[in-house]
Amino acid sequence: MADSTCYHCGDECGKNGVRFDDKDFCCNGCKTVYEIFTSNGLSTYYEIEAKAGTTPSEIRKKYDFLDNQEIVERLVEFNEEGVQVVSLSIPTIHCSSCIWVLENLNRLHPAVTVSQVDFPKKTIRVTYKTQDFSLKALVLLLGSIGYEPYISLEEYNKKGNKVDRSLIYKLGVAGFAFGNVMLFSFPEYFEVEEFWLEQYKVVFRWLMFAFSLPVVFYAGQDYFISAYKGIRSKLLNIDVPIALGILTLFVRSTVDIVLDLGSGFFDSLTGLVFFLLLGKFFQQRTYAYLSFERDYKSYFPIAVTRLKKNGEEENVQIYNIDVGDRILIRSHEIIPVDSILIKGTAEIDYSFVTGESEAVFRESGEKLFAGGKQLGDVLEVEVLKTVSQSYLTQLWGNSVFSKDKVSHFQSLTDSIGKRFTIAVLTIATLATIYWLVYDSSMALNVFTSVLIIACPCAIALAAPFTLGNMLRIFGKHKFYLKNSNVIERLSKIDTAIFDKTGTLTTNQKDAIYYEGMELTAQETALLKTTLRASNHPLSRSLYHILKSNEIMTLDEFQEHTGKGIEGRVKQHTIKVGSAAYVGKEQSNSLTSTVVYVSADEDVKGRFVFKNTYRDGIGDIFEELGKDYALGILSGDNDGERGQLQKVLPEKTAMLFNQRPEDKLDYIQELQKEHRVLMVGDGLNDAGALAQSDVGVAVSENINVFSPACDAILDASKLTLLPDFIRLSKKSVQIIKMSFLLSLCYNIIGLYFAVTGQLQPVIAAILMPLSSISIVVFTTVATNFFGKKLKK
Amino acid sequence: MSVIYVLLAISITVAVAFFAAFVLSVKSGQYDDTYTPSVRMLFEDEVVKDEKKSTKNNQKSNKNSTNQ
Repeated sequence: MADSTCYHCGDECGKNGVRFDDKDFCCNGCKTVYEIFTSNGLSTYYEIEAKAGTTPSEIRKKYDFLDNQEIVERLVEFNEEGVQVVSLSIPTIHCSSCIWVLENLNRLHPAVTVSQVDFPKKTIRVTYKTQDFSLKALVLLLGSIGYEPYISLEEYNKKGNKVDRSLIYKLGVAGFAFGNVMLFSFPEYFEVEEFWLEQYKVVFRWLMFAFSLPVVFYAGQDYFISAYKGIRSKLLNIDVPIALGILTLFVRSTVDIVLDLGSGFFDSLTGLVFFLLLGKFFQQRTYAYLSFERDYKSYFPIAVTRLKKNGEEENVQIYNIDVGDRILIRSHEIIPVDSILIKGTAEIDYSFVTGESEAVFRESGEKLFAGGKQLGDVLEVEVLKTVSQSYLTQLWGNSVFSKDKVSHFQSLTDSIGKRFTIAVLTIATLATIYWLVYDSSMALNVFTSVLIIACPCAIALAAPFTLGNMLRIFGKHKFYLKNSNVIERLSKIDTAIFDKTGTLTTNQKDAIYYEGMELTAQETALLKTTLRASNHPLSRSLYHILKSNEIMTLDEFQEHTGKGIEGRVKQHTIKVGSAAYVGKEQSNSLTSTVVYVSADEDVKGRFVFKNTYRDGIGDIFEELGKDYALGILSGDNDGERGQLQKVLPEKTAMLFNQRPEDKLDYIQELQKEHRVLMVGDGLNDAGALAQSDVGVAVSENINVFSPACDAILDASKLTLLPDFIRLSKKSVQIIKMSFLLSLCYNIIGLYFAVTGQLQPVIAAILMPLSSISIVVFTTVATNFFGKKLKK
Repeated sequence: MSVIYVLLAISITVAVAFFAAFVLSVKSGQYDDTYTPSVRMLFEDEVVKDEKKSTKNNQKSNKNSTNQ
C-alpha cells in the first residue's frame, strides 16, 4: 500500500497506514471514525464527497472544564427542563459531507434532538437532552469524529450575539415602496388628459406620499444621521448632499401635491434610497467565518486546573486565578498567565506569540510567559501575574486596540463629497439669483430642482460597487479583507514592514542538512526507528527526511524530555539530542537549531535546522522595493541577518530583538511621515498590526490562527501581495473614472434643472440610468483588472 | 367607477401581506445563512438501515464508558 491515500481523510498512508474493511487508512484515528460512521449507518458520508474526513486529535482531558456547570451555563444559549441548546464553532467544516454527517448527529447519540449547520459561519447549533448527556459529552463526540469544536475565552465573554438585520429590513422597505410608487406614478408620466385619470390622481398622489414616508423616515434615516454627525464635526461627507437631496425631494414633492402643482418626485425619491441601500448591502458582505477582531482571548483556554492546598484538583475559570496559585498545565495546553515553573520540564511552543515554531526548554525555577503551549508532560507552575497583567496580554491595554481606523480615514468619496456639496450649493444659489431677477415665480422651483438632480446617487454608488467587487476578487485569491475601506487605505501606503519568523519564513518545511561523519546504512535505519517513537517536532521533521526503509524493533527506547532520545537494538545504541546530551561540547551556534547524533557513544555529527524562507520572497521584495520603503521587524536575534541581506534589496531596514511594544512604537514613529503596511503573523505583531495603516496577517491556516488585523492573507499567496497593492490602486482609479461619468449625468440633469424644465419623468429616467450605468461600468472594469491576477 | 377604491384596497392589502411575509422571514433568520439550505435540500434519507439496532447499542455503551 505504498502510494495509497486514506479512505477517510485523503492523506498519504505511508508507513503507518492501517488496513481495515478492505480500505486504507492513514492512522488509527481515521479508522475509528470510519468504524463509527459505518456502524451507525452513516457510510453515505463517503459517497457525498470522497475522502472528506479529518483526522481526529487526542482531546480527552482538555475539556474537563466543561464539568464546571458555571462555565457550561455561559456557553449554552438555552438551558431549561433538561434541554440545552449550544452553538459551537467547528473550523474543520469544509464540504457537503460535513454538513450531512453533522446534521445526522442524532444517529450517533440519541440524546441529540436537532443539529443544524451554518456552513458560511462554520458553526453548528445542537439541541440535546441533558439526561445522560452533557455539553462535554457532545464536545467529545464531535471530537471523536474529527470535528473538534473551538472553544476559547472569547466565547465565554460573548454576551447574546444579536444579528443586525436592519439593513435587510431597510432594503425591503425601500424596494417595496419603490415598486409600488413606480406603478402609481406611471399614468402621470404621459400626461394624458384623460377624464378618469384626472378624477383619481389626487388619490394616487397621496398613496405615493404614504409609501414614501417609511422610506424617508426609516430606510433613509442613516443618511440623515451620518450627515448630521458630519456637519457637527465640521466635515462635509458624501451623506450631506444625499441627505439634502432626499429632504428636498420629499418636501418639494409634498408641497407639489398639496398645492396641486404636479405629481411630485416620489418615484425618484424611493428609487434613490433603494439604489443607495443596494450599494451598502453589496459592500457589506464580509467573511462570516473569519474573525478580524481576535485578541489573546481567542487562544486562551476558558479554565485551568488549579491545585488546592490539600493537593486536590479543581477547574477554575482563568479570570479567577490569583497570584500565588498553583496550576497544572497539561500537554498541549496554553499557559494563560506569567508564572514560575515548579515541577516538570517545560517544552514550550511560543508560535502563537512569536511565530517561531521551534520549542524552547525551561527547567524548574525559570519563568514562563503567557501564550506558550506546553508540548511535553504535565507541568506544575506558580502564578506570578493575573491574566490581564501578563506580559503578552498587557499589550491589549494599549489604546491602539480601541481605535477605529475607518473613522480616521477620509475616503475618496467623502473628499469628493466636500467639493461636490460646495459646487452644488453654489450652482443652486447662482441659478436662483438669476431666476429671481428674471422670473421670480420660477426661483424656488429651480433651487429645489438643482438640489434634486445633483443628488450624488451615482457617486455614492461608485465606491461601494467597485470596492465590493474587488473585495470578492481578492477573496477568490485568498486575500480576505475586513471591509472595503481597506482597499482604499492599501492604495495609499508607501512603506511596507514585514515580520520575519512565520511571515517570511515558513513553519512547515525546515531545511535540514547534515554535518559530520557519514552514517552507515544500519545507523541510519536505527536512527530512523528511534525517531519514529518520538513525538518531538524536531524528531518528526528529521524522521521524514531520512532515507531508510528498514524498520527495526527497538529493544530499548528512552526519551529524556528537554535533552534527547536514545534507542538500542542488540549491541548498538544511538543517541539524538542536544550537544551536552550526546557528550559533545556546546558549540557557539545560536543562530540555528542543531541536533547531535552519536552512535555507540561516539559522536558522529549534527543535523542543522534552518528556517526556510517562503518561495518568492526575493521577488516580492524586489518588486515592492521599486516603489516602497521596506523593513523587517523581528523578535528574533540577528542570526539570520546575513542570509536576509542576500535575498533582500540593499536599503531594507532590519531591526532585530524587537519586543511587541517596540514593534508598535516603531510603526508609530514611521507613521509621522509615512503610511505603513504591516505584514505579520503572531500575537506579538498584534500591536504593530493595529497601529499600522493596513495590517495584514499571514496565515497558514485561515480558519485557525490570526491576530486582530485588517486583512488575512493565505500564506501560499504571499507572492501576490504586490499585485494586490497594484489592484487596489487600480480600484481607486476606477472610482475616479466613475466620478467623471456620473458628473456627465449631473451636467445633463443640471441643464434641465437650471433652465427650470425639470419634469418628474426626466428625474425618474436620469437617476436610475446613471446609477445602473455606474454599476455596470465598475463591475466590468474591476473584473477586467481582476482577471489579470490569475497567472 | 368607485370600484377603483376597492381595487386599490385589494392590491395594497396583497402587497402589504407579501411585505409582512418578507419581514417575518427575515426575522425568523431565513436570510442569515443562504448557503447551507442549498446543500441540505439535496440530501435524501441516505442512512443505511441494516443492522442499525444492534451496533447502535454497542456504540452507545462504548460512548458512555469513554465519557465517564
